[in-house]
Amino acid sequence: MSTETPSLAPPSEPKVIVIHGRKVVGGISEGEALVTRDHISGWGGIDPRTGSVIETRHELRGQSFAGKVLVFPGAKGSSGWSAMFHMTRLLKTAPAAFLFNEMTTKMALGAVVTHAPAMTGFDRDPLDCIETGDWVRVDAEAGVVEITKRG
Amino acid sequence: MQLSDEEKAMYDGRDGPAVQKAMDLLVRYGEALDAECLVQTRNVCATITSTTPFQREFALAKGGMDAVFSEFSLDSQEVVQIPKFKVFTSHLQLGFDPGQPERMGVNEETVRFYEQSERHAAGLGAQIMNTCTPYQVGNIPTRGEHCAWMESSAVVYCNSVLGARTNTEGRESCGAAMLTGRIPYWGYHLPENRYATHLVELDIEVESVQDWGLLGYFIGEHVQDRVPVLHRRGGLEQVPNLPRLKHFGAAAASSGGVELFHIAGITPDALTLEQALGGRAPREVLRYGEAERRLAYEKLNMTAQSAEIQYVMLGCPHYTIEQIWEAAQLLEGRRVHPDCELWIFTPRAIKALADRNGYTKIIEDAGGILMSDSCSAMSRAVPKGTRTVALDSAKQAHYLPAILGVQAWFGTTAQCIDAACTGRWQGGLQ
Repeated sequence: MSTETPSLAPPSEPKVIVIHGRKVVGGISEGEALVTRDHISGWGGIDPRTGSVIETRHELRGQSFAGKVLVFPGAKGSSGWSAMFHMTRLLKTAPAAFLFNEMTTKMALGAVVTHAPAMTGFDRDPLDCIETGDWVRVDAEAGVVEITKRG
Repeated sequence: MQLSDEEKAMYDGRDGPAVQKAMDLLVRYGEALDAECLVQTRNVCATITSTTPFQREFALAKGGMDAVFSEFSLDSQEVVQIPKFKVFTSHLQLGFDPGQPERMGVNEETVRFYEQSERHAAGLGAQIMNTCTPYQVGNIPTRGEHCAWMESSAVVYCNSVLGARTNTEGRESCGAAMLTGRIPYWGYHLPENRYATHLVELDIEVESVQDWGLLGYFIGEHVQDRVPVLHRRGGLEQVPNLPRLKHFGAAAASSGGVELFHIAGITPDALTLEQALGGRAPREVLRYGEAERRLAYEKLNMTAQSAEIQYVMLGCPHYTIEQIWEAAQLLEGRRVHPDCELWIFTPRAIKALADRNGYTKIIEDAGGILMSDSCSAMSRAVPKGTRTVALDSAKQAHYLPAILGVQAWFGTTAQCIDAACTGRWQGGLQ
């Protein structure tokens, strides 16, 4: 028998935030958010076999982005960026979506060949309103991101 | 995105399915960038061949080299027959030296598959230069020429030293450019994006190849992917040559993401400081003096502790014939220490010249080896038992400890050759 006393407070609705941006790659997907303020390297920065960040001193080192909505400032490093994220698609470890702030050729091409919905140019900085673990629905075609705060 | 009539015809399939797939990728990529249009290019530098077991299995399962090109170079899941390239295409470095499989730790099966893919690429029109420095072996774009290049150290050289125009492209965008002669008109293709944003005032003379690497390493960390212009009151005493600017750009592209720099009075878009800045005030002014030089040196040597050296690697970016000549002179009549190995990397064409000049023999007689096509960072190959390496490249010193977990000493070429011959690091900032 449970000894817990039922809470008297009414169950609160989960907090939902909606932000808008520009489509980079179309499509709709959703997943748990993985958020970092560090730029991400492709070649030498991720392991496509596991879909995880491997760069030394990266705040996401060892964490997997497979199936998650990756929220980050942008791409950095070698011109092998697109080829590495291309491999994550072939190995089924790609992120569910890319949300980023800084547009570069590495970032654009990488998102295109990963075939994951991608957006940039937001009306609110996604790094400020999305935290790791939030549930995020990305409708890149409509330019809408719906964030359901966890807990 | 606006397409010309010629581009629309390619997009609609006039030139066959591979060109159509290439245009489809360029349109998706251009729209992702929010580019207004494409620009014509006749100069592509890329990795095309296949060197991984995954690609070998992919080729076996899906229908050979056309299948590999379709997926890995065009992002096409439909296998299309690849026609001959429309524009001049240079092959960049790869993951090993196919002439040295044992040293590089690759099996024969992988080498045989690579050779098959090399023949395929060459048959389509690729120049098998196999170097990160295509500008050393016959691909020297003109000022203002629109290019589609990969490889950060080559991109920064192309934009800055040659005054040509390229963004950092990837394997797939280059694949599409080879077949169409087009690339998105965005970023550094547009004149207004090429002005300097950061002014770097040089308070000291910058002379040696090492000096230029230290300066590049300092600048990259501060400006990240912005555009620096270097300025010395009264002008630089010595105009930097190819090995110096090659080292400088590679260093700045490693510690930051510099794709374009200017040197007032020297590089083609900076005949004057005002021209480099486009008449605007710099966003930030940095000063570079003795303290900054020492700091860059200390950062590059941060991982080094043990003085015992098992491996010395030279040739990042690939050595020029002048650098091989210097190394051969430093080595002549000496022996590489039995507990140490010396590997030097250069493009195939320059190795042929070094063979002819007798430099390869001098290096081999001393117990070193001249290799091509790759480097230790690309191949992840170092001699067995390597714990500490000595390097004369800031770029390699930046990457090798991260990639392989080794300690790295960064110094001059002479210090590195001494380390190879004594097995001990006795460097220090000169």
